[in-house]
Amino acid sequence: MNDFFILMKQEIVIMIIIFALLIIKVGKDRSNDWVLNMVNILLLINFIAGFFYPKQGMLFNDMFRTTPLAVLEKNILSLGTLIISLQSYSWLKNHKHVIEFYVLLLSTLLGMFFMISSGNLLMFYLGLELSTIPLAAAANFDLQKKKSSEAAMKLIISSAFSSGLLLFGISLVYGTTGALTFTEITTHLSNNPLQIFAFILLLAGFAFKISVVPFHLWTADVYEGAPVAVTSYLSVISKGAVLFVFVSVLYSVFKPISESWYNMLFLLSVVTIVIGNLFAIRQNNIKRFLAFSSIAQIGFILVGITGTSQLGATSVIYFVLIYIFSNLAAFGVVSLVSAVTGKENISDYKNFYKSNPVLSWVLTIGLFSLAGVPPTAGFFGKFFLLMAGAGKGNYVLITIAALNMVISFYYYLRIVKAIFMDANEHPIEKVVIPGFSKIALYMCVAGIVLTGLVSYVYDYIHSLVPEI
Amino acid sequence: MFLSSLIILPLATAAGVLFCKGIKQVRNVSLVGAAAQMVLAFTFLIQYWKERAAGNQSQMLFQEDHTWFAPLNIHYHIGIDGISLSMILLTAFVVIAGVLVSWTMEKLNREFFFLLLLLSVGAYGFFISLDLFTMFFFLEVAVIPKFLLIGIWGSGKKEYSAMKLALMLMGGTALVFVGLMGVYFNTNTGNGAHTFDVLQISQMHIPVEVQKLFFPFAFVGFGIFTALFPFHTWVPDGHSSAPTAASMFLAGISMKLGGYGCLRVATFLMPDAAHAYAPVIIVLATIAIIYGAFATMMQTDLKYINAYSSVSHCGFVLLGIGMLTRTSINGAVLQMVSHGLMTALFFAAIGMIYTRTHTRLVAQLGGLLKVTPFISTVFVIAGLCSLGLPGLSGFVAEVTVFMGSWQNPDKLYRLATILACASIVVTAVYILRAAGKTVMGPISNAYEKLTDAKWNEIVAAGLLVIAIVAIGVAPFWLNDLIKPGTEIIMNKVLMIK
Repeated sequence: MNDFFILMKQEIVIMIIIFALLIIKVGKDRSNDWVLNMVNILLLINFIAGFFYPKQGMLFNDMFRTTPLAVLEKNILSLGTLIISLQSYSWLKNHKHVIEFYVLLLSTLLGMFFMISSGNLLMFYLGLELSTIPLAAAANFDLQKKKSSEAAMKLIISSAFSSGLLLFGISLVYGTTGALTFTEITTHLSNNPLQIFAFILLLAGFAFKISVVPFHLWTADVYEGAPVAVTSYLSVISKGAVLFVFVSVLYSVFKPISESWYNMLFLLSVVTIVIGNLFAIRQNNIKRFLAFSSIAQIGFILVGITGTSQLGATSVIYFVLIYIFSNLAAFGVVSLVSAVTGKENISDYKNFYKSNPVLSWVLTIGLFSLAGVPPTAGFFGKFFLLMAGAGKGNYVLITIAALNMVISFYYYLRIVKAIFMDANEHPIEKVVIPGFSKIALYMCVAGIVLTGLVSYVYDYIHSLVPEI
Repeated sequence: MFLSSLIILPLATAAGVLFCKGIKQVRNVSLVGAAAQMVLAFTFLIQYWKERAAGNQSQMLFQEDHTWFAPLNIHYHIGIDGISLSMILLTAFVVIAGVLVSWTMEKLNREFFFLLLLLSVGAYGFFISLDLFTMFFFLEVAVIPKFLLIGIWGSGKKEYSAMKLALMLMGGTALVFVGLMGVYFNTNTGNGAHTFDVLQISQMHIPVEVQKLFFPFAFVGFGIFTALFPFHTWVPDGHSSAPTAASMFLAGISMKLGGYGCLRVATFLMPDAAHAYAPVIIVLATIAIIYGAFATMMQTDLKYINAYSSVSHCGFVLLGIGMLTRTSINGAVLQMVSHGLMTALFFAAIGMIYTRTHTRLVAQLGGLLKVTPFISTVFVIAGLCSLGLPGLSGFVAEVTVFMGSWQNPDKLYRLATILACASIVVTAVYILRAAGKTVMGPISNAYEKLTDAKWNEIVAAGLLVIAIVAIGVAPFWLNDLIKPGTEIIMNKVLMIK
């Protein structure tokens, strides 16, 4: 019994928080401020509690597996959720359904935790569904806007379709290997065409979740329509969780067919980076822009995944952490400006520096980190990702990726240029930063500055990734 | 001696500038910081001389090595030899001159000086790094401040120039990255580990096929920084749209980052490929020299004249590196130092003229010697150094490159040398024409009331002129400084032959 509590401690903490929220909802009427303060403190406790007693073990007949690496991954996601929650303060302050929002969001987080710790394809699917469906409901939370409902519909329908593909793949895997547990599947895998087909279907399901081209078409519309908090959550946490699972599943379970998936990933990464870049250049809405730029970032992560297992896995997990900080820094500023002034176009940000110097610098640092400019952490993340990819000797891929970094530079610098250099007839007026948002933005900036220069984070992740 | 102080000092100055209020505090703090950098650079020079005199023959002195990312074998490894030291001195001179010339910068002055000092951090870090990752890190650190400096404080089509500069330099770093990866994964330090350490890699033998594949990446990547033809197109717009101090830094130091990289990384670590590609490098360098010179002749704007002439002069650096003889490599390093000082002086003079006359077009200027004798004299000195007048540093550098280039009897090499020498005539044409028209002749009424240089401009120009003359009249101290460093590189290169 003790084992159960220690091994599943992060899941249990989240469940307790969800139940606490439900009890608050049923109980005495509380003001939104009180609720928000309460939730943020609980999330902070959740994040800190994650660092105690990381243990290795399995439960429920290897359906639930936890390793120190899984614990770290869950902590990273908890941190991201905390930052997003802090940043959504101004939007949620006046919302009618705060508790429902948090219940939905934390349910998805719970699903992601189960997904990361799964040892069995069924458990994985359970976690995946739990992490998607409430999110589609949360995407509808800008209740007054039609675009929000449209985003939610698009998200649920495309998710359902991709889940269908995934299930088909899982059933084929079971049919050809006779096992659902990850360890058993590996022993029965070979370069059987039907198994490769099953893998392709699984890959399609994953690819949808992380917006790899050509499964990316839902991304821009959903990001644009959903409320900014949900967009941030989708772009970093949801993607991060699926990437974590993808990395561990790919290297351990599908090792026998590594030749086949290497070529597939090579192709997918090139296409993703190029298409993501090309479309990002043309965007004027900053939320759509961030959506497409995140597609290009995922392309870079795929380059890292193609590398050797230990280097590749380490660089991906490291980059997801950095990506959380960078993307949330950018989204934080965007969400604040959007909540206060409703302005979302890149041309609205011209001469932003004059009225909002602090927010300008935070947005710029976030964009530089996304672009990969030293000394921000994004430089280290991208460097190590491409280095992992180069380890396999595929210099064509690295050259394409490196040159595309220059293209991505262009569109990130375009926004920096607008902020600092262009003139504006209707500039954004001074935005007062609420306390919680300030904390969140400082956390993001601190993360961007420190995670790269201080090698401890990378070394720690590297020590946890198993050598396969 | 604590070498990291070269990075910490400008970083601390930059951070300090952020806390200042008002232009007086900002520029005083910057000046103190820049002066301290200069003192530090000279201290290192004296210590270096002492160490060498005491018999310390190791290639790099004052080394510091800390493991940064242990799993990837990335170290924060720094050290200097004669070549790096000469670059550090160059940087110190140009930075303090740049700070002094920008003394009256009113617009967003805190951010301006902050970015300028950040640039110097990047430059110092690059020149003292002995680990490829650290080198690459500092190389990229320097790009974004340039973008912001040109885009915010520049003139003319500044946003376009800034974006073009940033994208092309980043393209250069992307190519360098591929080259570095190729080198890294083909080094073997035992049980399959790789290393980024320059000194270690120089002891290893990288397979020739691998070298031939990755040398172009590294050389072209660094070459973009040094205006390698045909990737030089960022230079004219970038230098001309930039504010004065940024132009000085760009042309004076940033272009030398490329030359240093070509020498220390591409040639030193991949000597077989350097031999194989030498003819290509020489052809491209000669084209840059000739094309740069002729293109300059057509320019009517002083800054564009200097920018295109930078393309031409940096072609000498690449020519020296391509020729691969002891003398020519020495000449390349000498040219890096000399051109850096000279172009900084030239840009400073042009900046001084522009703030007074509000025009950079040669056709509109004239007779400035009467009203601004100091500035005009400085302007002419810079011009004479550019065309290689003996007694100034330009002559020393160019003669060394030519003598080194002539040593190779191959027809192509001799032809390239002759063409490069011939370009001096073209240089003389555009310099004498521009200088003559600007400082002599009748003076227009608008300029009768101009004031001559103020104290900050006098000190800035004076420092650069002293350095140029010191190298021009007594080049042996600089040559003896860089010779041991180039010897080691050349030993490696000649071993292959």
